[in-house]
Amino acid sequence: MTAILELDRVSKRFGGLQAVHDLSFAMREGEILGLIGPNGAGKSTLFNLINGVFAPNTGKIVFTGIDITGEKPYVVARHGLARTHQIVQPLTNMTVLENCTVGACFGRENLPLSRARDVAREAVHLTGLDDRIDMLALHLTIAGKKRLELARALAARPKLLLLDEVLAGLNPTEVEHMIGVIHRIRDSGVTILIIEHLMQAIMSLSHRIVVLNYGEKLAEGLPAEVARDPQVVEAYLGDPKLAEQLHGGAAHA
Amino acid sequence: MIRRPFFWIIGLVIAAFVALPAIGNDVQMRESLALACVYITLASNLNLMLGYAGYINFGSIVFFGLGGYICIWLVDSYGWSLALSLLAAGIGVSGLSFIFGLGILRLRGPFFALSTIGIVEGVQAFVENFGPWGGSSGIYISPQVFQPLGGSAQALWVIYFLLVAAMGASLYLSYAIKTSKFGLGLIAIGQNEDAAAILGVPTPRYKALVYSASAFLPAITGGLYFFKGAFIQPSDAFDLTLSTEAIVICMLGGQGTVTGVALGAYLYEELRGYLLTTATFSNFQLVIAGVLLLLIVLFFPSGLMGWIYSRFPRLKRVLE
Repeated sequence: MTAILELDRVSKRFGGLQAVHDLSFAMREGEILGLIGPNGAGKSTLFNLINGVFAPNTGKIVFTGIDITGEKPYVVARHGLARTHQIVQPLTNMTVLENCTVGACFGRENLPLSRARDVAREAVHLTGLDDRIDMLALHLTIAGKKRLELARALAARPKLLLLDEVLAGLNPTEVEHMIGVIHRIRDSGVTILIIEHLMQAIMSLSHRIVVLNYGEKLAEGLPAEVARDPQVVEAYLGDPKLAEQLHGGAAHA
Repeated sequence: MIRRPFFWIIGLVIAAFVALPAIGNDVQMRESLALACVYITLASNLNLMLGYAGYINFGSIVFFGLGGYICIWLVDSYGWSLALSLLAAGIGVSGLSFIFGLGILRLRGPFFALSTIGIVEGVQAFVENFGPWGGSSGIYISPQVFQPLGGSAQALWVIYFLLVAAMGASLYLSYAIKTSKFGLGLIAIGQNEDAAAILGVPTPRYKALVYSASAFLPAITGGLYFFKGAFIQPSDAFDLTLSTEAIVICMLGGQGTVTGVALGAYLYEELRGYLLTTATFSNFQLVIAGVLLLLIVLFFPSGLMGWIYSRFPRLKRVLE
């Protein structure tokens, strides 16, 4: 087993706020690792540290055996790491195809323009955006923009994909479709690190789960183990005793 | 690229610029078109920064002025030939821009725009105090330098054809960049620089490269323009007005388009020529430019080309 991504005691501080503290974990090739935790736990900051938007204050990040700590985002992208954004970042005045072509051109394979267009078309097809391929990104619905984020990241043909709440803000039908897409991506051999608040979805998608709270790792393990962990339940899923109490109180009344 | 119709459209424009004044030996038309060439070259190269990468550069005139100075100085003090001096001006200014670009392109938006005004002022102040370039009184060159080009009458034709060549090269450069991977990266930067970097576009290098590329042909054109007048002084070489006019032209024609910017430059030059020669509106052209800019930004943000494309969507497939 080789680790595709390894974080070794990574910390990031913004002024007085310790956003990520002494965090270590590793990912195997081909696995889906779910990252959960309350709002402000440092999940998105962690993504920004991994893909180079911020440099960590201390610690080391190793991707496919290469030390990428503090490297710029475009260097990290070239090594085969792609991501989506929680708040969508489309290239607004470019078409869906052009958006994806940028991903393919400057991603892991550094393709020439004409080959990149073909790869971009595949990514557009995989995410079900075929009918909107020539539409300007700014005219897409929010669900469309979420898909575009994913399509653009896929067009880079990454080894590791970071998904930041791709299901948030989608209706149940769209969620179902998106989960299907994520399964297909995993089946094509891409390793995925996913942040998601939709518990059912992330529990069924992930092989393993890491729980963050106040920038620290609260728990790590199989989805079922994590869901039973009393600390996790208290910090994130909700206090079972409180739930029981409320239930009991209602029964008495 | 050669098989695309737009390649031949540019070719036709160049041919027209060469043939129209030459056929009737029409000197007046030549002078008007020479100025149009200068405007098209300046605006097209500014468009690489403004229209593609989304960076407002008020300092495009520095390329023009510095190119003029380097060229005139080499011809006058060292007796270099015009061709060699022009090449040196282009390469010199481009190289300087690359180094400067790596630094100032770390700034974004209004901060970058302000820094480019600072560059104009800084370079002008430097040249005004730089002895070898004649300080604030500038450099005159003797008409003798026109001799190798076959006397002054013929030299003006040679210079005109070189100006047309620089204009043609500017159009082809704009077109080539727009249809390349480099151009795709630049346009992505113009849309959302952070997203572009995350997608893998090497933003600092691309920005410095395009800044440098946008300096080459304006520097050569500056060399030709001031060589033609046989005189250069700081207040002409670094006139902020021309920078502003180039921005107005890009907005007028439709920033990011090759055709629109060229068309805008031509129309602007014609309008300017008309206003300058009528008694009522003499020196009024800047007021017009200002009002024009205001109206465009408010009502036609995509400029002339935006309007044309909305009228004739099929042209999108032919024009760039």
